[in-house]
Amino acid sequence: MELRNLFIKANNELESSSLRPRSRKINCKKCQSLISVSRIRKNNFVCPECGYYFPVRARRRILMLTDKRSFVEMDADLESRNILGFPGYEEKITAAIEKSREKEGVICGVATISGHKTCIFSMDSNFMMGSMGAVVGEKITRLFEYATANKLPVLGVTVSGGARMQEGMISLMQMSKVSAAVKRNSNKGGLYIVLLTNPTTGGVDASFAMLGDITLAEPGARVGFAGPRVIEKSLNQALPEGFQKAERVLECGFIDEIVPRSEQKSYIGRLLELHEVSNE
Amino acid sequence: MNDYEIVTAARGDKRLCAKDYIDLVVKDFMELHGDRLYGDDKAIIAGLGWIGDMPVTVIGVQKGKTLEERVEHNFGSAHPEGYRKALRLMKQAEKFKRPVLCFVDTAGAYCGIDAEEHGQGRAIADNLAQMSDLKTPILSIVIGEGGSGGALALSHADRIWMMEGAYFSVVSPESCANILWKDTKRADEAANALALTANKLSRLGLIDRICPESSVKELPKQIYEELRQLKSLPTEDLVDARYRKFRKVGY
Repeated sequence: MELRNLFIKANNELESSSLRPRSRKINCKKCQSLISVSRIRKNNFVCPECGYYFPVRARRRILMLTDKRSFVEMDADLESRNILGFPGYEEKITAAIEKSREKEGVICGVATISGHKTCIFSMDSNFMMGSMGAVVGEKITRLFEYATANKLPVLGVTVSGGARMQEGMISLMQMSKVSAAVKRNSNKGGLYIVLLTNPTTGGVDASFAMLGDITLAEPGARVGFAGPRVIEKSLNQALPEGFQKAERVLECGFIDEIVPRSEQKSYIGRLLELHEVSNE
Repeated sequence: MNDYEIVTAARGDKRLCAKDYIDLVVKDFMELHGDRLYGDDKAIIAGLGWIGDMPVTVIGVQKGKTLEERVEHNFGSAHPEGYRKALRLMKQAEKFKRPVLCFVDTAGAYCGIDAEEHGQGRAIADNLAQMSDLKTPILSIVIGEGGSGGALALSHADRIWMMEGAYFSVVSPESCANILWKDTKRADEAANALALTANKLSRLGLIDRICPESSVKELPKQIYEELRQLKSLPTEDLVDARYRKFRKVGY
């Protein structure tokens, strides 16, 4: 990771505590308990009282899943342009950069996980809801091409509202572009593990999030194609309890396993170990 | 017409539907049903036929014209079963070395509880991945509405054509205006900004041909020529060119 990224502050309740004493407390969004930030951090960003999963930033996610100081970022300099001249898009990008302290909605690179060298991409919901435009599509495509060329497994952590409207059809076609790169990698025998996090919807759900060899999810993560409000509105009826939640999606047959945050790294490490041996 | 008027006209019930195009282009059409997994989705009609001396697999999203027809075909919004039927027949086309011709006309993939729980996202994703290296030519023509992922799922093709009056968009102008500006009345503004018309998409290099509605009679010949040309390419070159076609989008 670039050195400066270790020092910049992230604009997120849990990440900004470096500016204030670690004893700072915040309210859990679900159970409202007042809990110290350090306690939440130590508990993998899960509320120790009620088990609520706090959203985790892309860079933090990589730190949580990979071996210490092993991550080397790739294509960090790609930035979005307003290709279509969409009204207000530049301002949106500027605001997203400000809010997320990232240049785009996905971070890609190579790291080791329990000693296994792995390509990893991690999406960031603080950057325009993790939406996919040309840069997000390009970065993930390049990562898959790199993985194919270097015979490395890929771990993808998804969180997204879908394709980014402001880039029109160019965004939509990123679904095709990334899916083709995933397929090429798969044809060459590459392993692709997906970790679905809350929420993974729209065009990301309908492309690379659903193309893993092994599909894992965080407890309670929303996973689906259409937004729940859109469905509710078009059907004019309330949605059943647990609809589009990872637990229900697993029951429907689209997720292999739900893995709690505290076990994700070791679980993924075991998968990598097993595939490394069977590839020999 | 402004871009929003093009969108509303593309939704109109006066336009030709997929079945009309199939009747125009394909001789001796034999419809085939079912996805072999769960059901048969009437929003997608698919089957076999001839274009000249060439056997083809043809797939269309059928909307219907009268209310009765539209209800029968679920207003051209496919469930996962529809996309899986399409994929099944595309893989069959690959086996028998037939080109695939798709007519796309959908406001979007169906959004409902059953569609979600049968894996709408996975069905679309699977089509994109499998079409990306299908070892036979694919030509997709957007004849009316090209609504988001549901239209894209039948458009991962060697050539994408659009009828002059069709549109192809990441999101409906109404939803776009609602999400960005909380005002569905600004749909015309959104339509203009989204660059969703055949003309604009052609200028962006995202589609390969605009077909004027006035010379629709030329279509069978044009399709035949294109498919014959694609069929003459070595399979590896064909699949490679398809990869590069989508690879360069946005970069």
